[in-house]
Amino acid sequence: METLSRPSDHIDSAPQRDAKIVNPNLGVVGWLRWFWRQLTSMRTALLLLLLLAIAAVPGSLVPQRSSDPNGVSQYFADYKDTAPILDQFQMFDVYTSAWFSAIYLLLFISLIGCVLPRTKHHIEALQAQPPVTPANLVRLPAYAQLTIAGKSAEEVLEAARKVLKADRYRVARYDRAAGGTGKLKSEAAITVSAERGYMRETGNLIFHFALVGVLIAVGFGGGFGFAGQRAIYEGQAFTNSLIAFDSFNPGRFFNSANLTPYTIQLDKFTAVYEEKNSNAIGQPVDFTAEVTTQIQGEAPQQQTIKVNEPLRIAGTDVYLLGNGYAPTITVRDAEGNVVFTDSVNFLPQDKNLTSLGVIKLPDGLAEQVGLIGFFYPTVSEGHSGAYFSMYPDLIDPRLTLDVYAGDLGLDEGIPRSVYALDTADMTKLAGRKAPQKSLEFSIGETVELPNGLGSVTFDGVKRFVSLDIHRDPTQGWVLVFSLSALAGLLISLFIPRRRMWVSVTENSDGSVTAECAGLARGDDPTLDTAVNALKDKLERALGLTRD
Amino acid sequence: MTDTLSEYSVLALYSAMAIYAIAFVLFTLDLAKGASGDPVAGAEAQKVVVPERRKLARVAMALTVIGFALQFAATLMRGVAASRVPWANMYEFAMTGTLIIVAVFLLVNLKWDMKFLGSFVTGLVLLLLGLAATRYYVEIVPLPPALQSYWLVIHVFVATLATGFFALGFALSLMQLLQTKRELAVAAKEKTRLAFLTRLPDSVQLENYAYRLIIIGFVLWTFTLIAGAIWAEKAWGRYWGWDTKEVWTFIIWTIYAGYIHARSTRGWRGTRSAWLAMIGFAAVIFNFTVVNIFFKGLHAYSGL
Ligand code: HEM
Repeated sequence: METLSRPSDHIDSAPQRDAKIVNPNLGVVGWLRWFWRQLTSMRTALLLLLLLAIAAVPGSLVPQRSSDPNGVSQYFADYKDTAPILDQFQMFDVYTSAWFSAIYLLLFISLIGCVLPRTKHHIEALQAQPPVTPANLVRLPAYAQLTIAGKSAEEVLEAARKVLKADRYRVARYDRAAGGTGKLKSEAAITVSAERGYMRETGNLIFHFALVGVLIAVGFGGGFGFAGQRAIYEGQAFTNSLIAFDSFNPGRFFNSANLTPYTIQLDKFTAVYEEKNSNAIGQPVDFTAEVTTQIQGEAPQQQTIKVNEPLRIAGTDVYLLGNGYAPTITVRDAEGNVVFTDSVNFLPQDKNLTSLGVIKLPDGLAEQVGLIGFFYPTVSEGHSGAYFSMYPDLIDPRLTLDVYAGDLGLDEGIPRSVYALDTADMTKLAGRKAPQKSLEFSIGETVELPNGLGSVTFDGVKRFVSLDIHRDPTQGWVLVFSLSALAGLLISLFIPRRRMWVSVTENSDGSVTAECAGLARGDDPTLDTAVNALKDKLERALGLTRD
Repeated sequence: MTDTLSEYSVLALYSAMAIYAIAFVLFTLDLAKGASGDPVAGAEAQKVVVPERRKLARVAMALTVIGFALQFAATLMRGVAASRVPWANMYEFAMTGTLIIVAVFLLVNLKWDMKFLGSFVTGLVLLLLGLAATRYYVEIVPLPPALQSYWLVIHVFVATLATGFFALGFALSLMQLLQTKRELAVAAKEKTRLAFLTRLPDSVQLENYAYRLIIIGFVLWTFTLIAGAIWAEKAWGRYWGWDTKEVWTFIIWTIYAGYIHARSTRGWRGTRSAWLAMIGFAAVIFNFTVVNIFFKGLHAYSGL
């Protein structure tokens, strides 16, 4: 009996003699063919799948550059000896490493090599008739029989054909002449052969092709998209252009001409913290950013962004990833002229939002001055006299500034982070271990800078948010292929594929005997039930049921 | 209000555990009784013995249903007290997860007689609940903004449901391995200490059961993976980032895909595929315990 197209080591394929596989005189073509057979065998697919699972493990044990770059730096600091060795093996980039890629690429080549011939075979099977009825139905795994009086063989067969059709079987008729000799002589029979569940194979093929689709969509997606970050404080606006991002990671094929210009202004940011539940005082409950967006040439729109509710605008997605405080600070020189006034984003250092920020004043004062500030939304004093924040909301805000004077190192053309101050060439004028204590402010206060440099005023506090702006043009495709895979999987795992036969023979007493038999193709827990159901339906169709 | 409700919830949970403990003892006694009734090795080679009416097992089953009802009440009260779904931290995961394992067990028993898995199920559930209640109990706290999403409801629930099916698949595969061992011993007319398996289905039947439950689990897990990616895209701005938890979800999915393939690969159906099913569930448990507790990653804030 012809089988489904399956790799030769599939459990339903006829075993082959392994001795013949490796033949020293194969020649190049022979070897290639042998290699291909091995690559597209079930065993290889299985081993590659298991290998892939194992290869994914190290990425969860060692920090990855893609998801946790700080963790990687920390790892290098903590394990000075082993980290470079691990790096040699791409252990910090497991999922883009040569070895991980090799495994999944081989797996997908194997998959394609396996699935293509099966697709061809399946398309042919979809057009073919069900196979000839086997001679001896009793031997099949599921079998039922009934004897009917008062109906002709043709009537019974026609009823069987209709029942099978109604159950969505594809049906063909094959008649068998009496055969054999002596005792083994079989009677003449008229039969129908039926098959159903072609969708099982279709589903399986859809599933495997969809996986290829996912891989391709994921592979290309990274290439055409981009990801950028930008922090803005209340009242500040951001324009979607390359220079406006604090950091920007374009995909390999990304073209900045594709950036649709739009602006996002942060109108208001609201954070709600738990106040009642004594087990969770100060735990964030809600973050909402109210923004005004405007696409060039269109009317401005008021919108909100929440943690689980990104803003979709002009083909990009804008996510609310972080937030913090931006104290507004004004610096005046000795004569009282304003040399700096702005809100400065301070980075949160703990869950009560003790925040750290830096202000650089290259011009306007007698010397270059750098300020390192700590901001405490609700200040409290520890035993050692050090301040800390005891609640994330603004209840008793306090700002402290350490003052450095000297060379900010901005003139050498080396890019400097706005969040870090290089104090190598500077003298500390105020702060710990300096001639004078840190400058300390409540809102609205002004404090003199050391050495008569001028003064600093703490005008107030705004909230800032950090936004992630992404574009991934293929992520919709990834979703479509994933859902197709799921659908294919459901079809292929739960639709049984089976063959059924009904053979009708005339008995010498004028009655006829109908034999029903079934054969599963693939896992089919309900075969017996189906054969008995067929028999029952046949009885009913012939009007024979007693009830 | 919240406080009293969550106290009742704890009370109900401890009662459920006490009842499961009794059920566990009865289920185990029932298995052991099977051993004493075992015919002399070799006499009855591989026959499938239809489970006769077993009183102990039936009582144990009834107790499991009562335990389930109590645990369901406990979980419900926890959810009401927190006014959200009761699966937002380790303690709650354990509570809801084991509840679902028991539910799947009871459900499957409506279709096939699987009382012989009762020891395993009540034992596992007791162990997990015991750990969770003593080591990971936390008071009710509100959800952080990143978890406030209906995807928490869908994604986590389906993942837990899949776990229930994988758990039974694991138990059946374990039984299958032992049964295979017993069948070989019986065929070789050797003595075996596995006589208690005589009344269980034969190894092929056990494997078929395991397969059918695991493919359901696999479909649910595939859905979990996709739903997780959709949620990650909403919350973190990317659908896949090889975060620790994502890595392990992927690993588990791949192992079970391997298992399904193994079932269709000559030389792998039977004992080897059973091992894969067991490794798969070991990875599930690892993901739920070790990864949650010791590995850092974005999912870490789901809280212990
Ligand atoms: C990314 C890699 C792969 C994954 C995740 C995967 C997964 C699966 C799953 C889940 C099934 C069962 C559901 C269904 O029938 O649709 C399956 C079936 C099957 N796969 Fe794959 N597969 C992969 C690669 C391959 C490769 C490389 C081959 C060929 C060598 C292959 C051949 C088959 C066959 C023949 C079946 C049907 C088994 C049966 O007769 O029931 N697969 N695969």
